[in-house]
Amino acid sequence: MSENIDKIVSEWAGRIRAAASEGVALRPRGGGSKDFYGRAPTGEVFDTTPCRGIVSYEPSELVVTVRAGTPLAELEAELAARGQMLAFEPPHFGPGATVGGAVAAGLSGPRRLAAGALRDFVLGVKLLDGRGQVLRFGGQVMKNVAGYDVSRLMAGSLGTLGVLLEVSLKVLPRPVEEATLRFQLSEAEAIARLNDWGGQPLPISASAWADGVLTLRLSGAAAAVRSARETLGGEGVGEADAQTFWHAVREQTLPWFGVDVAGGALWRLSLPTSAAPLKLAGEQFIEWGGGQRWLRSGVPAAQIRERVAQLGGHASLFRGGARDGAVFHPLPAPLMTIQRRLKAAFDPSGIFSPGRLHQEF
Amino acid sequence: MLDIQTRQDDEPTAFEQEADFSGIDKVRLIEALARVLPVGALMYDPEDLRPYECDGLAAYRRMPLAVALPYDEAQVVAVLRTCHELGVPVVARGAGTGLSGGALPHECGVLLSLARFNRIVHLDPHSRTAVVQPGVRNLAISEAAAPHGLYYAPDPSSQIACTIGGNVAENAGGVHCLKYGLTVHNLLRVRAVTIEGEIVEIGSHALDAPGYDLLALMTGSEGMLAVVTEVTVRLTPRPRLAQCVLAAFDDVIKAGEAVAEIIAAGIIPAGLEMMDQPATAAVEEFVHAGYPLDAKAILLCESDGTPEEVAEEIGRMCAVLENAGATEVRVSGSEAERMKFWAGRKAAFPAAGRISPDYYCMDGTIPRKRLGEMLEAIQAMEGKYGLRCINVFHAGDGNLHPLILFDAGREGEFERAEHFGAEILELSVALGGTITGEHGVGIEKINQMCSQFATAEIRQFFRVKAAFDPAGLLNPGKAIPTLNRCAEYGRMPVRAGHVPYPDIPRF
Repeated sequence: MSENIDKIVSEWAGRIRAAASEGVALRPRGGGSKDFYGRAPTGEVFDTTPCRGIVSYEPSELVVTVRAGTPLAELEAELAARGQMLAFEPPHFGPGATVGGAVAAGLSGPRRLAAGALRDFVLGVKLLDGRGQVLRFGGQVMKNVAGYDVSRLMAGSLGTLGVLLEVSLKVLPRPVEEATLRFQLSEAEAIARLNDWGGQPLPISASAWADGVLTLRLSGAAAAVRSARETLGGEGVGEADAQTFWHAVREQTLPWFGVDVAGGALWRLSLPTSAAPLKLAGEQFIEWGGGQRWLRSGVPAAQIRERVAQLGGHASLFRGGARDGAVFHPLPAPLMTIQRRLKAAFDPSGIFSPGRLHQEF
Repeated sequence: MLDIQTRQDDEPTAFEQEADFSGIDKVRLIEALARVLPVGALMYDPEDLRPYECDGLAAYRRMPLAVALPYDEAQVVAVLRTCHELGVPVVARGAGTGLSGGALPHECGVLLSLARFNRIVHLDPHSRTAVVQPGVRNLAISEAAAPHGLYYAPDPSSQIACTIGGNVAENAGGVHCLKYGLTVHNLLRVRAVTIEGEIVEIGSHALDAPGYDLLALMTGSEGMLAVVTEVTVRLTPRPRLAQCVLAAFDDVIKAGEAVAEIIAAGIIPAGLEMMDQPATAAVEEFVHAGYPLDAKAILLCESDGTPEEVAEEIGRMCAVLENAGATEVRVSGSEAERMKFWAGRKAAFPAAGRISPDYYCMDGTIPRKRLGEMLEAIQAMEGKYGLRCINVFHAGDGNLHPLILFDAGREGEFERAEHFGAEILELSVALGGTITGEHGVGIEKINQMCSQFATAEIRQFFRVKAAFDPAGLLNPGKAIPTLNRCAEYGRMPVRAGHVPYPDIPRF
């Protein structure tokens, strides 16, 4: 197996070097489940799925090292069999989603506010850079401050810095108990309530608000979940329904996300959790205690960005709309300069997914 | 086709050998800084510079050309622009408690102290965030948040003295990071000034920011990328209750296995610490924590949360520890008793100072399952180098702090301690770990970086630095070794250090 992998990696390095010298753009791609995300993809597809499999996993170390082309579902099944999970609940958005793709997209699911984001769980990476060199950063231990934290830099880089080969991720035990509660609350009430609760030691592991209903998930020790239920009140949701609901929130398969966005687009607004209601035309779905707000709206991009920036956040055009413009919130010039230099540091010929993250490179 | 130029030809050469700054004109530098700094913000008299000649790694001392103590961000910008123009190195410094020499001055450079940036700008209990200046002490944030039932989770041992700016530079940890994360997990945003004098906001007041994750790169970058002038941290609700279990073992390997079994049982303790017998003996004499002296190793295992949650978790912890062969399991019955359990652990460094004229603290991290192997190897090294070593571990996350005891006044002991330490670090790498878990590389462990990383990665680190600091002026010569240094490694002395603030807790 590993000889076979070495052969693949060496072929890939050759392909990268050739592409760099000929100026051919390459697009690292796993299952293609997140092709919709970011600016319109360009370049020859560079299929990362042949390099797959779990390299090492010892539950008592709370770390798994996995090849980037491994299906996310395969990894999650392996972890579940040992009572563990990826606590950041990465969305799959399709059956073929890979671990490398999840890291490159950098997206996290419902548990993000409580457990941390995908980047918080990245401990190490092995990658092929734009020179066709294999580089290893970080490692398999939780605490590691040797050298710059290049591993976390890969989270959300959308395949623009290199081809991920292996990733080491911190994993956590699955909670002993979970419960889901519902409350009838307006947008403003829900935001206020979520932030009040956030300041108390309550085991809230996810929240979702839409159409006047706040759904809350509790996770933790059985006693903690039980006492929080008593404190919070609300209406209980059955276990099976709750599981279906949170899965649908994570995968955006709820009817709310299925409505045709014709003429409009689905925006992802990242805001301080306590930011006031937006007062922008359109429908909203609020997660992460108020920190992630989905907006289905036909309001012009400039107006959305202005409002979100006023509130201290940023807006990404998540699905639909013009994929060849500024999909992500524009950066101030000095930050853009650093980002452009970083890109060149990893990919001097600019061959990896040009334009996927920023129009400029 | 692509508008990125190939950078192969104009790559930074800094990675080959250390830059030579010996031609810097001190008089011209001081004149230029005096033009942009008010009276009281610039010092160049050797008497005034003396307090800045070292940080917590006191074996290394150097005098800078000047110390700048700006009052505000505009003055930081002016200092950096001036130094950039004149090609002068700049070393930023917080409280100077770092243990790896990260704030050791450059002999041809400016030491930029952020001590005057000591204001909590804004604390918002509703969104659980605090905006603070970099010179604010770590513990001061928790104190300010306490009336709201909140605190700042990362708790490096020097938290009464160390500053948040230094915590960002080192990605500081503490005893609770298995459950609550390191500095990198508890930051939302930093505002920083580049060597070119540009102000950048990295991260945001939301949970993420567009583009590459520069916040991750900045955290733990040891002052090599930009100078932080403001930090936004996340605050955490203070748990209602904390309780601690003290478990004794008649064998260190068994204690190591018990650590793995706790994790395997799906428990993430708020703290999980281990001490070997020489360590418990040393502290017991000093603080009388009531540790069982006949135990070969003890574990401290903490649970926090609601009273119901803690009761449930403590029950599960005790069951695992007993099954793992603990000879004694004691649960703290009161807050006073819990503090007593911790008092011994937190006194390990000063206790080492009491039983030995000098000691050298290591900071490797290894996979938890290799703890036993490491302990046996350290035991063998004690014989090989003729020195004693007492062992305290952040066992939950595999972070080791072996304290090598020596007497610098005795011929050859210092050198033996150095070699002992280097062997532990290299074994940490060989066991699949790292040379530094939370103290940073600085100047202390720069040679061992050559064992942990290959040439390609070291070159890449220099390229990452150049993306922020193309001229290579921020803290040059630290954290990332030049390739020439690596080539010479083995013949270069690694200096150990004493801790110059013996009254600050270290653990």
